[in-house]
Amino acid sequence: MIHARGLTKTYTLKKTSVDAVRGVDLDVEPGQLVAFLGPNGAGKSTCLRMLTGLLPPTSGTARVAGHDVTTEAAAVRARIGYIGQKGGAGEAFRIGDELVTQGRCYGMTRREARSRAEELLTVVGLDGLFARKPSTLSGGQRRRLDIALGLMNRPPLLFLDEPSTGLDPASRADIWSHILRLRADHGTTLFLTTHYLEEADAMAERVVVIDQGRIIADGTARGLKADLAGDRLTVTLHDPADVPRAAELAASLPGAADVTSDGPKLTLRVAAADRALPEFVRALDAAGLKVDTAESSRPTLDDVFLALTGRTLQDEDA
Amino acid sequence: MTFFRDTATIFSREFAPVWREPLSLVFTMAQPLLFLYLFGPLLESGTATPGPAWQWFVPGILIMMCLSGPLMAGYFLLLDLIGGSMERLLVTPVSRTALLVGRTLKEFVVLLAQAVLIIGLAVPLGLDLHVPGVLTGLTLLVVFGIGLGGLSFVLAIVSAPGGELFYGITQVVMFPLLLLSGVLLPVENGPGWLQVAASINPVTYIVEAERSLFAGRFLDAPVVWGTAAAVVTALLGLHLARRRMARGL
Repeated sequence: MIHARGLTKTYTLKKTSVDAVRGVDLDVEPGQLVAFLGPNGAGKSTCLRMLTGLLPPTSGTARVAGHDVTTEAAAVRARIGYIGQKGGAGEAFRIGDELVTQGRCYGMTRREARSRAEELLTVVGLDGLFARKPSTLSGGQRRRLDIALGLMNRPPLLFLDEPSTGLDPASRADIWSHILRLRADHGTTLFLTTHYLEEADAMAERVVVIDQGRIIADGTARGLKADLAGDRLTVTLHDPADVPRAAELAASLPGAADVTSDGPKLTLRVAAADRALPEFVRALDAAGLKVDTAESSRPTLDDVFLALTGRTLQDEDA
Repeated sequence: MTFFRDTATIFSREFAPVWREPLSLVFTMAQPLLFLYLFGPLLESGTATPGPAWQWFVPGILIMMCLSGPLMAGYFLLLDLIGGSMERLLVTPVSRTALLVGRTLKEFVVLLAQAVLIIGLAVPLGLDLHVPGVLTGLTLLVVFGIGLGGLSFVLAIVSAPGGELFYGITQVVMFPLLLLSGVLLPVENGPGWLQVAASINPVTYIVEAERSLFAGRFLDAPVVWGTAAAVVTALLGLHLARRRMARGL
């Protein structure tokens, strides 16, 4: 569905060139749900804009939905949907009118566009709001309207740029149910960017991590976490003076790494926390070190990113 | 073929809000209407203007409208660029050129409707209607408006996503252009430097041309100069807009 080779974008800003995207190769098969992850400025949106034909690549090629984005832009555009970061409906327009306009931009007749618009408003739970303006909708309703706008042409491939950003948890869950239903009902290929790591983790079967314009990891969330991060154990010692001794014991655990301490807290990485934690606590106990709390946490994609780049995603967001 | 269909699509999108609320047309005309009713009568009684006051003043109001309407056309484009709706349209196969032409067409229709309304309201006040002159004058106005619209679109695109540049330039440019064109009071009565400044203002020539046309004098020199100024503005505006669109948004 997507085949990109050596995709590159260089901007010239105030006479200095900025390499936003540096040679991205990417293949996405039909029906996949791919989450594209990376800090702000990593090149996520630039990639998305090149794949959707909004931005001509500086070099490299991309075939999207069977056509070349540069030489067959119109054919690509007819076959994809795109839901941008910002609201797609103009404030001055009735939402039904905007949907009809969108349909007509895809070559539908007014009548076809109108019936498709009514159909989609029902699908996204906005039926009866045809004559309303976007300003009268809630944040979640607006996002559902954006989804409807992106689906007018029944695209087999849908790009979503941060579909759930800025929504409350209930609306996020609701948007996700719409996205996942699309896939279940129509086999739509979904390519989305997000900076909610837990979303990528829970929803996407494939996570592609981009940093500084290059893809630095590509795999299932589970695979990336197992390969790159491992689980994390944290114990709090009753007496902070015991920390050095505990750290020695921690380092001797099989597969332990990255032992760090912060006051009475000691943190380390292990391959499988469920086995290592009881063993560690027993070892501490046997050495006569009193432990107040002990917890284990599964790695997050943030840990994966940290392992890959030495930085956290959140650092970059500021 | 698709170009015409796409232009129609964009035109009907842009025009729908006006169509659904025709009164908005009158609200956006509040300023010219106020000038017509509250400023015009002052000229009528005085000797400030050469020739009959309404014949002199109404073309000025039309130019004022032309500056505020089409020059602000970019404002709506800017809103679409700042929000996501322009991007949403650009992802569809819709013709890129149609995206601007459709908008320009809407400005054209709105400007024409407003101009006809102003003229209609001015007749009972004492405007002498020279129909062929007025029709030619309206054509000239629309040509100028299309050029201003194009320039305004380019400015909007260049200003996005912030928009400050757009607001700054339109505010800084609009009033001097207006005041230095002799729209409200004759520049001939002003000091020399002001007259020089007015003489390099293209709007001056268009106002002069409109006044000649509204008086039914087709062969006056200002008509030639005004037409030239309007055509140059239109060509420049369309050329720059096309060139900017070709580079992608």
